[in-house]
Amino acid sequence: MIFVRFNSFRPFPLLILIVTVSFALVPWWTNNVSLRENLILAALDIALASNLNLMIGYAGYVNFGSIVMFGLGGYVGIYLVSLWHWPLLVATLIGGVAVTVIAYVFGLGILRLRGAYFALATIGVNEAVSVFITNFDPWGGASGIYISLEAYAPLGGASRALWIVYFLMVAVMGLSLTLSYAIRHSKFGLGLLAIGQNEDAAATLGVPTRTFKAMVYSTSAFLPAIAGGLYFFKSGIIEPTGAFDLTTSIEAIVMVMLGGQGTVAGPAIGAFLYEELRGYLLTAQAFSHFQLVIAGLLLLVIVLFAPGGLMGFIHQRLPFTRRWLE
Amino acid sequence: MAEILASVIDGVLIGSIYGLAAMGLTLIWGVMNVINLSHGAVIVLGMFALYYLSSVLGLNAYAALPIVIILGFAAGMALYWIAVHRVIGRPHLMSLLSTFAVNMVLIGLGTALWSTSPYNVPVSLPSVSWQGYTYTGTHLVAAALAFVIAGLLYVLLYRTRIGKAIRAVANNRAAAELSGIPTTQVLALSFGLGVTLAFASGMLIATLFPFTVLSGGAYQLKSFVVTVLGGLGNPGGALLGGIFLGLIEGVATPFMPLSWTPMIEFVLFVIVLIAFPRGIFSFSRA
Repeated sequence: MIFVRFNSFRPFPLLILIVTVSFALVPWWTNNVSLRENLILAALDIALASNLNLMIGYAGYVNFGSIVMFGLGGYVGIYLVSLWHWPLLVATLIGGVAVTVIAYVFGLGILRLRGAYFALATIGVNEAVSVFITNFDPWGGASGIYISLEAYAPLGGASRALWIVYFLMVAVMGLSLTLSYAIRHSKFGLGLLAIGQNEDAAATLGVPTRTFKAMVYSTSAFLPAIAGGLYFFKSGIIEPTGAFDLTTSIEAIVMVMLGGQGTVAGPAIGAFLYEELRGYLLTAQAFSHFQLVIAGLLLLVIVLFAPGGLMGFIHQRLPFTRRWLE
Repeated sequence: MAEILASVIDGVLIGSIYGLAAMGLTLIWGVMNVINLSHGAVIVLGMFALYYLSSVLGLNAYAALPIVIILGFAAGMALYWIAVHRVIGRPHLMSLLSTFAVNMVLIGLGTALWSTSPYNVPVSLPSVSWQGYTYTGTHLVAAALAFVIAGLLYVLLYRTRIGKAIRAVANNRAAAELSGIPTTQVLALSFGLGVTLAFASGMLIATLFPFTVLSGGAYQLKSFVVTVLGGLGNPGGALLGGIFLGLIEGVATPFMPLSWTPMIEFVLFVIVLIAFPRGIFSFSRA
């Protein structure tokens, strides 16, 4: 088909492209380093929230320990970069693949559980891995791995390396959104949504629930693991408390809920708004002590009064937006 | 041999406190299918309640227990109506998130009020020596009180009409409602009781160790492990699970570095959750 019929035209992929490109280019053209530092956190959060949404929003499984994949990916990537001197891109990709495999194996086990039992198990996995790494001497134990300045040399020095890491992180963000969109419109995604609605009914209708669940659990681990490698490469250090912080995991859930679970754009919008709000609260004198309180109240209000999040609200009030803001 | 016996006694003493902390969590889960993620924050409130009553108002630490219990019950009822009532019967995500939101608010306010520096409540009791090992009096009294509170909970649940109503609602809320039980009030009451238990355990922990606003997190995770060991929703199992966890900690300590014990706990936690979702102490059903 050369001609695209108008009613089958979906503008959303274009929107993803525009957002990703402007994320990459705006700080570069204006050469604004503080904007870049702000946006890299937003890009990271969008990637984390978007992948978490595959579990929570599509398959309906509450993953409280999604951060474990981010941390593990970071550890594998940093280990390869700083101790084996592998190129950053290769190291983080291997981190992503390794973590995806680990997640598939974990997934086959803990995805036998449903509902709150699964949620508890994900907390258990995160804490167990965190304690294991804290005691694992080859990876630096509790003090973690420092990245020496030489590791930045192959990328043309530290300041240039930071730009490269930024572009890679934006790419991870773009891929996360594309993945989320692609799954939403695939048969796999349809199966996941069916699992989210009623798992037994889905199984009866021929959805291979066990495989699909393990697949989505491992798929949602791949890009966060790469993001972990990039993020900790940028920080220059990785240690267990920062890598497996349960709070970050739960903040990601807040982002998904804020934007609207189960939609493609929702988690991204939620992540962006949450990140900006956090930045504002941390710098504003009056609020710096009450950042947690405000985030908590925000979450409570969403859960109690607007469980559809922002996207739910927008879709309800302005039905025409369903076409182009998915 | 004497050394192992000493670690066993140590394990039972600390384990009974873990069991008490977990009992509140498991009661709430059993009655309303809600995992209370504000449990740790509530335990911390119990600790600070003792701090104010004892160090600021000058009350005897153990005389403060009834007041802590009343405060805990009031706090629990308030939390139920604010954060839990609207999410009962909705997907698990909603109750997990609303209780977690409460956790964030409480920890945030606590950090603003008390910072994250350590507090302690000095309690002096004579210690007991037996076969060359010394057991501090506060540990013995705390364990004894934990058993007394657990016993009172048992009496309440199995020997009173209110307890019967709570068990009926836990079993089948719709049927209980049809039999004329005001189930909403029973849910509020059970949440209040669960938080009361958390307050009481927080208070007892505060008589043993120094604490900060963030101490609750560790006890909440331990409560999860204990609850899962004892079977979610089974308060009697929680006490056994707590003692079991205490024994693991007590007996493992001489054989391996202390920093590895949480690893054992969490691996056990995940395995028990997958293999024995009813807990390892439920003999009645397969």
